[in-house]
Amino acid sequence: MIEVRGLTKRYGDKLAVDDLTFTVQPGIVTGFLGPNGAGKSTTMRMILGLDAPTSGTATVNGRPYRDYSAPLREVGALLEARSAHPARSAYHHLLAVAQTSGIRKSRVDEVMDAVGLREAGRRRSGRFSLGMGQRLAIATALLGDPRTIILDEPLNGLDTEGIRWVRSLLRSLAAEGRTVFVSSHLMNEMSVTAEHLIVIGRGRLIADTSITDFIAHASRATVRVRATNPGALAAVLHGPDVTVSAGPDGELIVAGLSTDQVGTVARAAGITVLELAAQQASLEEAFTTMTQDAVEYRAPVTEGAQR
Amino acid sequence: MTPLTEPTLSAAPAVPAYRLPQRVTLPRVIRSEWTKLRSLPSTLWLLLTTVVLVIGGGLLAALLQLSSLPRGHAAIAAFDPTGLSLTGVGLAELTAGALGVLLVTGEYGTGQIKLTFTAVPRRLPMLWGKTVAMVLAVLTVSVAATLTAFFATQAILAPHHLSTTLGHPGVARAVIGSALFLTAVALLGLAMGAVLRNTAGAICTLFGVLYGLTIAVGFLPGHISDEIRNYLPENVGSRLASVHLPAGALGPWTGFGLFCLYTVAVLGLAAWLLRRRDA
Repeated sequence: MIEVRGLTKRYGDKLAVDDLTFTVQPGIVTGFLGPNGAGKSTTMRMILGLDAPTSGTATVNGRPYRDYSAPLREVGALLEARSAHPARSAYHHLLAVAQTSGIRKSRVDEVMDAVGLREAGRRRSGRFSLGMGQRLAIATALLGDPRTIILDEPLNGLDTEGIRWVRSLLRSLAAEGRTVFVSSHLMNEMSVTAEHLIVIGRGRLIADTSITDFIAHASRATVRVRATNPGALAAVLHGPDVTVSAGPDGELIVAGLSTDQVGTVARAAGITVLELAAQQASLEEAFTTMTQDAVEYRAPVTEGAQR
Repeated sequence: MTPLTEPTLSAAPAVPAYRLPQRVTLPRVIRSEWTKLRSLPSTLWLLLTTVVLVIGGGLLAALLQLSSLPRGHAAIAAFDPTGLSLTGVGLAELTAGALGVLLVTGEYGTGQIKLTFTAVPRRLPMLWGKTVAMVLAVLTVSVAATLTAFFATQAILAPHHLSTTLGHPGVARAVIGSALFLTAVALLGLAMGAVLRNTAGAICTLFGVLYGLTIAVGFLPGHISDEIRNYLPENVGSRLASVHLPAGALGPWTGFGLFCLYTVAVLGLAAWLLRRRDA
């Protein structure tokens, strides 16, 4: 279990992480979602004792990570896709990490086999493809058979097969009762990997929810309708929970009514419906809407583009 | 070079359990740092270059000397065959120092340091582990190199009755002292690398401290500059490596002790910063 309480990190006058409080439970995959620059990596570094928080605490299974005498038994971490010295072989990279904790050589072979790197183990890791580098990082995280796994963007740059592989690995690790905490900036990626979501934007907590609840709340269904007289249709569609907005091509986007209801209302008002379709907002859209206000590096609209 | 092929992966990777105890201890961290040191081509090359410079420098100096052998009692009395054999040590300071720097800054430059600190969250054992591993490697290699340079050079000088032996006063001290000095320079490099965390910055600072200071002090008025020069790192450290010492300066072991004190001060600063800074 990872517990983060009032965690804050300030760089000069900039708040990278702003009073974050959340708990990551064992036994499930928890996604840590937020746009780039939202503070995900900083939070993970503070959990691992790499960066000192300005205020607040982060503990792993009840203690600050730095206090553990057998740290690799506690947490396996992947912080960067490339965290191995490029001139060192994958085998020696893993061996050096293992030796700090007295982990046996046979274990190094074991994790290399598990990630499919045995053949390439003697080669310099700098020659690895991004996917193989990612697998070496995952092998490193698994060395100590840790109770908690913290991975920062483990799916970045992986091909479809690699993504599927990491996903099934994360699920099986969680099924074994481990705490699995995985960050990503892509909603779709997380929606099929994680069971629980912690969403942050600009260092602040936006949502701490199960993935099913998130999908139910975030992706509100809408109805797209094109009619001969959109103004009249908009007027008759009015209701307490209904919002009607104009689409780009003169069609109406209706929230709060089903296609059946819209069709019935239109017929009753004598308006000819030319097109009627249910729309499901994608999770990616929902996530974008949710974090929009919190996105830090939004592309500035230039004067020229406005005109 | 054949391109690396992506190995195919099973759908559900199996990671066996590992239940043996795994405490972080200083001896274990030293082993880890030893593995890191010996598995990097750059450190091995720098060690090899250090050896080549020490031995090659001595041999070259001896061979050049053959064309202008000292004549007359005064010239022969002033001739320093030990110093001649250790000519290459001055150059080897550069590679030994760079080796020390790279052992630390190489980790910061590649992102490896975060992983190292995740494995050794208390951080200080890493610094001591690197220190021990590097001192072992550099000292062993340097002693072998200075002894080889000494014997090879004396073999060249022997037919001309100019050679000396390790039994002469100060000779063994200078030969072994050169190796100790190279090791101390490497350690100063390591400490500077740990303070500055940047290869170029640390190497420039190291050489600035070793050589730049001597040049800068030269701009001061004569008597002040002479006085300060007696305490500059390169001057005090290299005193252990000379048989004949100019009068009025620190003794060989006092000088080397002062150099070690400078090094320990920088290492102490590195340790203090290591605990406090974000990785």
